[in-house]
Amino acid sequence: MPKDHGIGASNKRREDVRFLTGRGKYTDDINLAGQAYVHFVRSDVAHGTINKIYTTAAAAADGVVGIFTGADFEGVGGLPCGWQVTDRHGNPMQEPPHPVLAQGKVRHVGDPIAAVVATSYEAARDAAALLDVDIAELPAVVDMKAAVADGATKVHDELESNLCYDWGFVEENRDAVDTAIKNAHHVTTLELVNNRLIPNAMEPRVAVGAYDPTNDESTLYTTSQNPHVIRLLMGAFVLGIPEHKLRVVAPDVGGGFGSKIFHYAEEAFCTFAAKQLKMPVKWTAQRSESFMTDAHGRDHVTKIELALDAEGHFQAIRTETYANMGAYLSTFAPSVPTWLHGTLMAGNYKTPLIYVNVKAVFTNTVPVDAYRGAGRPEATFQLERVIDVAAREMGIDPVELRRKNFVTEFPYATPVAVEYDTGDYNAVMDKALEIADVAGFDARAAASQAAGKWRGLGINTYIEACGIAPSALVGQLGARAGLYESATVRVNATGGLVVMTGSHSHGQGHETAFPQVIAEMIGIDESMVEVVHGDTANTPMGMGTYGSRSLAVGGSAMVRATEKIINKAKKIAAHLLEASADDIELKDGQFSVAGTDKSVAWGDVTLAAYVPHNYPLEDIEPGLEETAFYDPSNFTYPAGAYICEVEVDPDTGKVTIDRFSAADDFGNVVNPMIVEGQVHGGLAQGIGQALLENCAYDENGQILSASYMDYAMPRADDVPMFSVDHSCQTPCTHNPLGVKGCGEAGAIGSPPAVVNAVVDALQRNGRDVRHIDMPLSPSRVWSAMNG
Amino acid sequence: MSSIAVSTTINGDDVEFLCRADETLLDVLRNRLGLLGAKEGCGTGDCGACSTIVDGRVVCSCLVLGAEAEGRTIETIEGMANGSELHPLQAKFIEHAALQCGICTPGFLIAAKALLDVNPEPTEEEIRYWLAGNLCRCTGYDKIVRAVQDAALEMRGERA
Repeated sequence: MPKDHGIGASNKRREDVRFLTGRGKYTDDINLAGQAYVHFVRSDVAHGTINKIYTTAAAAADGVVGIFTGADFEGVGGLPCGWQVTDRHGNPMQEPPHPVLAQGKVRHVGDPIAAVVATSYEAARDAAALLDVDIAELPAVVDMKAAVADGATKVHDELESNLCYDWGFVEENRDAVDTAIKNAHHVTTLELVNNRLIPNAMEPRVAVGAYDPTNDESTLYTTSQNPHVIRLLMGAFVLGIPEHKLRVVAPDVGGGFGSKIFHYAEEAFCTFAAKQLKMPVKWTAQRSESFMTDAHGRDHVTKIELALDAEGHFQAIRTETYANMGAYLSTFAPSVPTWLHGTLMAGNYKTPLIYVNVKAVFTNTVPVDAYRGAGRPEATFQLERVIDVAAREMGIDPVELRRKNFVTEFPYATPVAVEYDTGDYNAVMDKALEIADVAGFDARAAASQAAGKWRGLGINTYIEACGIAPSALVGQLGARAGLYESATVRVNATGGLVVMTGSHSHGQGHETAFPQVIAEMIGIDESMVEVVHGDTANTPMGMGTYGSRSLAVGGSAMVRATEKIINKAKKIAAHLLEASADDIELKDGQFSVAGTDKSVAWGDVTLAAYVPHNYPLEDIEPGLEETAFYDPSNFTYPAGAYICEVEVDPDTGKVTIDRFSAADDFGNVVNPMIVEGQVHGGLAQGIGQALLENCAYDENGQILSASYMDYAMPRADDVPMFSVDHSCQTPCTHNPLGVKGCGEAGAIGSPPAVVNAVVDALQRNGRDVRHIDMPLSPSRVWSAMNG
Repeated sequence: MSSIAVSTTINGDDVEFLCRADETLLDVLRNRLGLLGAKEGCGTGDCGACSTIVDGRVVCSCLVLGAEAEGRTIETIEGMANGSELHPLQAKFIEHAALQCGICTPGFLIAAKALLDVNPEPTEEEIRYWLAGNLCRCTGYDKIVRAVQDAALEMRGERA
């Protein structure tokens, strides 16, 4: 019987009514009295030297209140990078400056050169058309391997080359891996591309800066997944505003998927300009600006080798990856192809030796950073593709080959520096095979054949590392931030609670799920708990929402704070009941003395805390408010098995996904309905990557996919109904809720399932195809069939 | 630029407004009339976040000029619920969790309402094709399609 409240109940989302009635409050819905509007003049070439910017005509145009160029930001810090990677020789990565507005050079199409601020958007746009920029175009660096070839044009003149870092992991294993591969019974080698994606949250980025001269306080309203991180980065590193004079508000945010983690130039600009001009300054991205300035995702080119013994046991894995950083280092870019990717190369398997080499490269393209899954989809894709190819080469069933190598004993220390605490990979595989009705595949394939279609079956597993992250560990790995999370639980005199969290909800349903946890702990109704998030003025310093961390880390902080509340409340109850606090039990909102019928209600205790007439003031303070900061001791390791069934039209190469089944182990689940939705959304993004989405550049660095006519987003008619299951639950052993996180799983696990399925369909029909690079457009599939 | 006086009907109310000739209906709704439910997701008619119903037909309000509202009957998300009583589509969106971040949701509801106005018994395929003009990045569409199917069922009175 499903629960109807508390942990495990599919509570309907309380935030939905405002969204459904058009009353959500997103950043673009915020308009401040007397606000001005900014239009950014952006580079239309990928690489060039700025000779001169002519602003006179624009400055004289109607409504213009200010024009800014890079020169106005010379005394201002650049956008900081939050993660320093050390290369395989022990040297720090090359880290170029990232000015708010271009200084001297432009380095990608969309790079902001100047900002025109006017009394209306139209006036700003019209005036911007009068602003003339004399740019001497330089050769653009687009292809990653060409970028690191001798004599390549440099994206940053002050750096030695376009190589940001050459990372080896685990460097000490390099020789042993080489030897194992040289001596192996069988080696499967695969070269593949993890296509560049554009996140495309449906809400474009928006920033509204404001300045109050009466108290010298700046406020930024922004579309962010982590307002405290923006406050720290922008205040301390860019604008030099102390945190107590800077407030950052991220209200309702329309999706993020990673792209709204990072600190962007427009946020710093609006905050800076508002203070300079003494008026609020607002920027709303046009969608074309989103394509050209939101940090992109993926963009890896990889060669992977898998060594196996005669029975199919994995012996070693060696990879060489080129990872595109784009023109500048976005906030967390260096961590994505390294620590979020290399550490996952063991997958769900016992491979004793692994060596990962990653060359991160600067190019004249939009910066690349974390996008849903961030490094883990890239790891999973390589591994699950090469295993499928190896299975066919060795004549072993792909499921059996996986099972033969599954990690089955936990905890398991991988050769790539992480320790999986729990998991049951055979259980999720069994569940996936069941819900996908793989037993019925042959009959469906025959029916497809009769209808002139080719049916294929793709199966894979995935593992990810979530709940980012133990601060001390990531500090050793180069993070310039702690990755704890915070919560303040404020109990009011009449018994209701407000939880102020450093996590941020931009679609994840925190306002519904978080109260389920707290209400269950105390035994009160969820309607008594309210969640406050998204405003640095009324939440404790927190790190925000990404990496499937909100419940695992933010939820754990909430649990710790609530435990403190309960402990204090028990002392108050003990006083009221004239008993020892050790004897007080809390159940269903009633404090009682163990073994007696003496009890006092939650509301009586909370009232006593604030009206302390009969109260142990000599022992405890009045009031009932506690804060906790939770720093996890390990990552969490969700895992699952995904199965995709496709039909391929042999005449056109068009792929249709007929069935998609996902069996995930997320540990304990607080709200199954919300979890299901998270998986669905991830699956659609993964299917989008596999079949449709691709960010394309021409050889001059012009972005060719900067509109929805050119960048193919998955639409309602591109995806099937999904079959998902999360009944296999091996709870996380090191956080108080036993939860693992579910936000990225779908996007991580699904691309290899789709590609495996299409390749399978072609092979079943006699085509000797090993691999097709994503996206599997009809032309690519048709070419592979007929090539 | 001189302004144009426009008389129209929005959510059953007579409305008069002034707008410039180059202003879109979306700009008018958001900036002049304070109806913030319609969102600009792309400004090019590709995402459907600004969907409104004009004379019974679903349109992207970013592609319609404000001046073109003259004499028309316009329905926006703000008029969908009857006071505090949600429209069946809205209720089913909650029940099926057919929204996450919510930014595309008003557009989906408007588009779905326009569908059910002309086709009270759509198949899954018809729903998917009809809603293919609306982009959602969060839900994967599964729950949206189910919510529309369920709302259609309820509105036909085949199930309470």
